[in-house]
Amino acid sequence: MSRFRRSEAFSKAFPTLGNVFPSTKLDEAKASVHNNAVIRFLFHRLFLQALPTLLALSMLSFLLVRLAPGSPFASERELPQQTVDALNRAYGLDQPIPVQYFRYLSGVLRGDLGPSMSKPGRSVAELIGNTLPVSLVLGSLALGFGLLVGLALGVLAAVKPNGRGDRLAMAVALIGICLPSMVMGPILVLIFGLELGWLPVVGWGRPENLVLPVITLGSTYAAYIARLARGGMLEELSRDYIRTARAKGLSEASVILKHALRGGVQPVISFLGPAAAGLLTGAFVVEKIFQIPGLGDEIVNAAQNRDQFMILGCVLLFGGLMVLFNTVVDVVLALLNPRIRDQGGAV
Amino acid sequence: MKSTKSYSLGKDAFARLLRNPGARLGLVILLLMVAACLAEPLLTPYSYRQQNLDQTYMPPSRAHWLGTDDLGRDMLTRILVGGRVSFAVALAATAVSLVIGVTYGGLSGYLGGRVDMLMMRVVDVLYGLPFTLFVILLISVFGRSLLLLFVAIGAVEWLTMARIVRGQVMGLRKQEFIEACQVLGYGNARILFVHLLPNTLGTIIIYMTLTIPGIMLLEAFLSFLGLGVQPPTPSWGGLIKDGVGQMEDSPWMLMGPGMALSLTLFALNFLGDGLRDALDPRQREHRS
Repeated sequence: MSRFRRSEAFSKAFPTLGNVFPSTKLDEAKASVHNNAVIRFLFHRLFLQALPTLLALSMLSFLLVRLAPGSPFASERELPQQTVDALNRAYGLDQPIPVQYFRYLSGVLRGDLGPSMSKPGRSVAELIGNTLPVSLVLGSLALGFGLLVGLALGVLAAVKPNGRGDRLAMAVALIGICLPSMVMGPILVLIFGLELGWLPVVGWGRPENLVLPVITLGSTYAAYIARLARGGMLEELSRDYIRTARAKGLSEASVILKHALRGGVQPVISFLGPAAAGLLTGAFVVEKIFQIPGLGDEIVNAAQNRDQFMILGCVLLFGGLMVLFNTVVDVVLALLNPRIRDQGGAV
Repeated sequence: MKSTKSYSLGKDAFARLLRNPGARLGLVILLLMVAACLAEPLLTPYSYRQQNLDQTYMPPSRAHWLGTDDLGRDMLTRILVGGRVSFAVALAATAVSLVIGVTYGGLSGYLGGRVDMLMMRVVDVLYGLPFTLFVILLISVFGRSLLLLFVAIGAVEWLTMARIVRGQVMGLRKQEFIEACQVLGYGNARILFVHLLPNTLGTIIIYMTLTIPGIMLLEAFLSFLGLGVQPPTPSWGGLIKDGVGQMEDSPWMLMGPGMALSLTLFALNFLGDGLRDALDPRQREHRS
């Protein structure tokens, strides 16, 4: 690796000479070992962790939903037994549980999440497909906001620990942690929506509708990220290689942004997996405050009406998304940190 | 011998905790909050469900310090009773997660080998589950009772505790005092519960200070969505939900419960930081 880098720098400095240090067989061998490690890593992650997790999740939630007392068709009005039987037949609930489970699973694999029980005539996939994009837009913008603000605050705080910037940044972070979105959102609405009239209070579809919800949802995560980034940066800045970089005469900005940040963001990146999952569920509250037509409403409605297929579908969807986030986070961490990467995923 | 040692350790840690001004403030706020919630029948002359339709949407006044809600119920009373419910859910769910997590993690760490690997694999798999959705699933399946709420929350919140306790126990079980226990012929259960787990108490307390606010937030989240504590029983999340609906005309309906929740989170946060520093001074040096 080091030889390769040197040759690159050399040929950049003396372009006319061409590459005097051609890559050797050894470099190629190393590269292929590296590729193998990445593939092994992904294989391990997907087949030994992701698949068992999803299977266990689907089985556990399916059994819970099916073995629970009470029928999903129970309502205030007592239904005649014939009707209940017919409904059970229509939804395939008269079959033995294992048959039901495998039917459901094979449907899921084909993208069919079953019919909705509380909204007759509509499928779960359709309900999710209509509302999930809204939640995803909200969630990813909030994550971007959290990352941007959190990293800026955290780095600012770590540059001069216990200085004025540090105190300010940590005070802002504390506010973000102590004001949950259900309190933060209404306060923002009262100030910027009702008092100052700068931003719309509710609604969806125009860019200015996004501002308050994104800040509401992202602020808690900005606060956590700021704390993690501060911790990570402080640890990284105390290392020997940073002293070397400073001794070499690099500018402080370059030391911090190019050298320390690479290691200092690692705790932040490990946090992003759980954060992404939390953002998706946290979005329910924000959607309710700002009356945004996202997935949250559908899930709450399904939970209140015992819409079993809808709840199952959402649990599986969120499980899948979490596995995806965690895998991406692990890959990014491995790319940033050769020590994790070369162990082939034994993190 | 043993009791003297643990006593001095606890006393020492408590003294360190009280030297920390942030932790002191957090402790005072938290104690006041809990005391007010418990002493609610003495503090206010109203009942949390007593409606008074002549006095709806009253702003804060001498009769109603924090105003009244849409049914003329006294907000202060409802906030204090709601606090009792929220604290009770948080404590009970933490206890459930503690029992499961500590036992599971302790067993896994003490037994070691294949059993440990298998048990931790199970934790890894469960870690990938979407907890909040899972709690929502449990609620939708089993109905919305208070008891179920904290059992469900506790049952999904034990994983990190199990991992932490396992790590601690693994470090401790090779030490001489455990070997001595084994030589004395003590049973595994006695060694684990009487000798190993008490030594992980500091770590358990530190982690609990993270679990309690987390569970309070989860309860508030569920009640805010209408899936948690059911009316007319108040809880902070439910009160905030009602307040959001009326915030334009009666902002006090939002401000009261919002302040109560935020103040409590603030206090728990400071207290947790202080406890971490007090119980684990080594980590403090490492951090700063």
